[in-house]
Amino acid sequence: MELLAFARGPALTFSLAIFVLGVVWRLVGVLALPPWHDYSPPREGAPPNWLAAIRAVFRKMIPHKTFLKDGMFTTINGYVFHFGLAIVVFLFVPHIVLIQSLFGVSWPGLPNGVITGVGGLTAASLLGALAYRLTSPVLKLISRPNDYISWLLTFLPVATGLAATAHVGLRYETMLALHILSVCAFLIWFPFGKLMHAFLFVLSRGATGIRFGHRGAQL
Amino acid sequence: MTAKTTASGAAYDVQGDRADTERRDAAMQAFVRDFARTAAIHMESCLRCGMCANACHFYVTTGDPKYTPINKLRPFEQAYHRHIGPFAPIYRLFGLKSNVSIEMLQEWESLIYDGCTLCGRCTLACPMGIDISELIKEARHGMYKAGLVPDRLELMDRTAKAWGSPASPSEDFADIIRDAGEEHGVPMNIDLPKADYVVTVAPAELTEHTKALSDVAKILNKIGASWTYSTEGFEASNIGYINGDLPLQEKMTRKIIDNAIRIGAHTLILPECGHAYGAARWEAARWYGKKLPLRIIHMTEFLAELVTSGRIKLKKMGETTCFHDPCQLVRRGGVTEAPRAVLKGLGLDLTEFEDHGELAWCCGGGGGVVSNVRADPLRFKAFSIKRKQVEDAKTQHFVTACGQCRITLTLGAKHDKWDQKVESLLELVADHLED
Repeated sequence: MELLAFARGPALTFSLAIFVLGVVWRLVGVLALPPWHDYSPPREGAPPNWLAAIRAVFRKMIPHKTFLKDGMFTTINGYVFHFGLAIVVFLFVPHIVLIQSLFGVSWPGLPNGVITGVGGLTAASLLGALAYRLTSPVLKLISRPNDYISWLLTFLPVATGLAATAHVGLRYETMLALHILSVCAFLIWFPFGKLMHAFLFVLSRGATGIRFGHRGAQL
Repeated sequence: MTAKTTASGAAYDVQGDRADTERRDAAMQAFVRDFARTAAIHMESCLRCGMCANACHFYVTTGDPKYTPINKLRPFEQAYHRHIGPFAPIYRLFGLKSNVSIEMLQEWESLIYDGCTLCGRCTLACPMGIDISELIKEARHGMYKAGLVPDRLELMDRTAKAWGSPASPSEDFADIIRDAGEEHGVPMNIDLPKADYVVTVAPAELTEHTKALSDVAKILNKIGASWTYSTEGFEASNIGYINGDLPLQEKMTRKIIDNAIRIGAHTLILPECGHAYGAARWEAARWYGKKLPLRIIHMTEFLAELVTSGRIKLKKMGETTCFHDPCQLVRRGGVTEAPRAVLKGLGLDLTEFEDHGELAWCCGGGGGVVSNVRADPLRFKAFSIKRKQVEDAKTQHFVTACGQCRITLTLGAKHDKWDQKVESLLELVADHLED
């Protein structure tokens, strides 16, 4: 079997299966733990739990001004590569075609030139994040292998995707196969590492939102 | 009890003479037991972004990365993944997460007790909303079971078990109340069989701030309330809550709640103490497994109700003040507007610090740190933030609503040879009651 056919076929199917099973396993593993019942009366005027959770999810999207003084790079750079990834993943026409073939839904994409520019910016932003992690004394201390693996498996699809569309390096079909295989690696790793925050952020922020909302405290 | 130092130079105290593996296992069992859903979600969610570092007064004033809040959880993060997390069996099978060593727990003792005031400022900085200070509290449960607690905190623990209070034996309580009443000329109610309000106290009020005891009485007498102090349940500060000694936390909670119910009180008034509020207002009901049949209210909330409803009238001071927000009352308790309403009632013009309310900087002494003499040098460094805020405010008064904050700030000023008085909101109200 050709590498490209392998990547598009069994590799992608296998990695999607691991992704789905792993995500479900991790979410169930956490959510199956017993809740901590709070029998204390809520503060007068406290929002219902669902509203407190939703508010926290949105409130946490922008840091308090006081934390931006030292966290400006982390915040801005984080937004750059998150938006960049979302744009190249969901608005690149070949990706939309793939999604349509898998799930039957589609939407308009952006011109290839724009995607290449955004992809380049995303790659630069990711490199900036890595440089910061490798040089900040705080991040050096608290980083785990998980952080570096997650970074690499996010960077590789961007780098191989850029190389494939720019026809740089290996033959196009080979680069495309490597790009798809790098996405497979990303999907396989996703449930086990911190990439899972794409799901966990709702639960994590929401849980604290409920605790603080009950007390009438601000997040 | 023995004070020791790890290979890296970190101080730690040890209680008891159990073998190291036994301590480690006790810590892990205590940490794993009762691990609830929210704590697990938060243990899963860290992005290692480091945003919490600059929220911590100990990191900011020392520049030492070890004080990064999420780093203080490292042994328990390892334990979580090995014993509790969804992939724990895989981690154990492939040896991906080793068992936490006793050396690691010893190394982390000072970070968990000396280097964290449970102030929760890091929770507000975390983009994932991880409630780090709550997780540190969970970690303290494990550390207490391991017998790895600062000796001074353990001493308070034992004293509270023996006396019912870390400050004074129960049998002396009535005398302290009567003495405070006589000294300040205020009629006191003690051990009345029935009352609507039961008033509780904090250790500082039994030693340094005894005027607060008569100030509460003065206000309650003024409104004609049916109230009493009670020897059977007076101590609201909960050293079990701070140390991670859950049985003691339950015992001290039940003591004040059961007593108030027995007396038929509809309201339990907590003293000017932050952690008392956390332990009683938000956690008391957990020990009963149901909603409690009485209201638990902090002194500041009580004062605000009296002032805003017009039940007490205050003489206007017409001066300026700044206010230190106690973390457990404001950031983690949601009582932000009440102290400000009282200050307004006093006619004090409030100059807010740049970071105030839920974003306020901790005094540096919460979570038992002010009682843990080993942490004094660290605490004095953290004090520099608050000193600068107060100096920048240039006001005539500096007020707070927590006795422990007040002691921490007073000790900080004394250490700096800085002539700055720290005043109590309760005392100001009592001193300015209209006749």
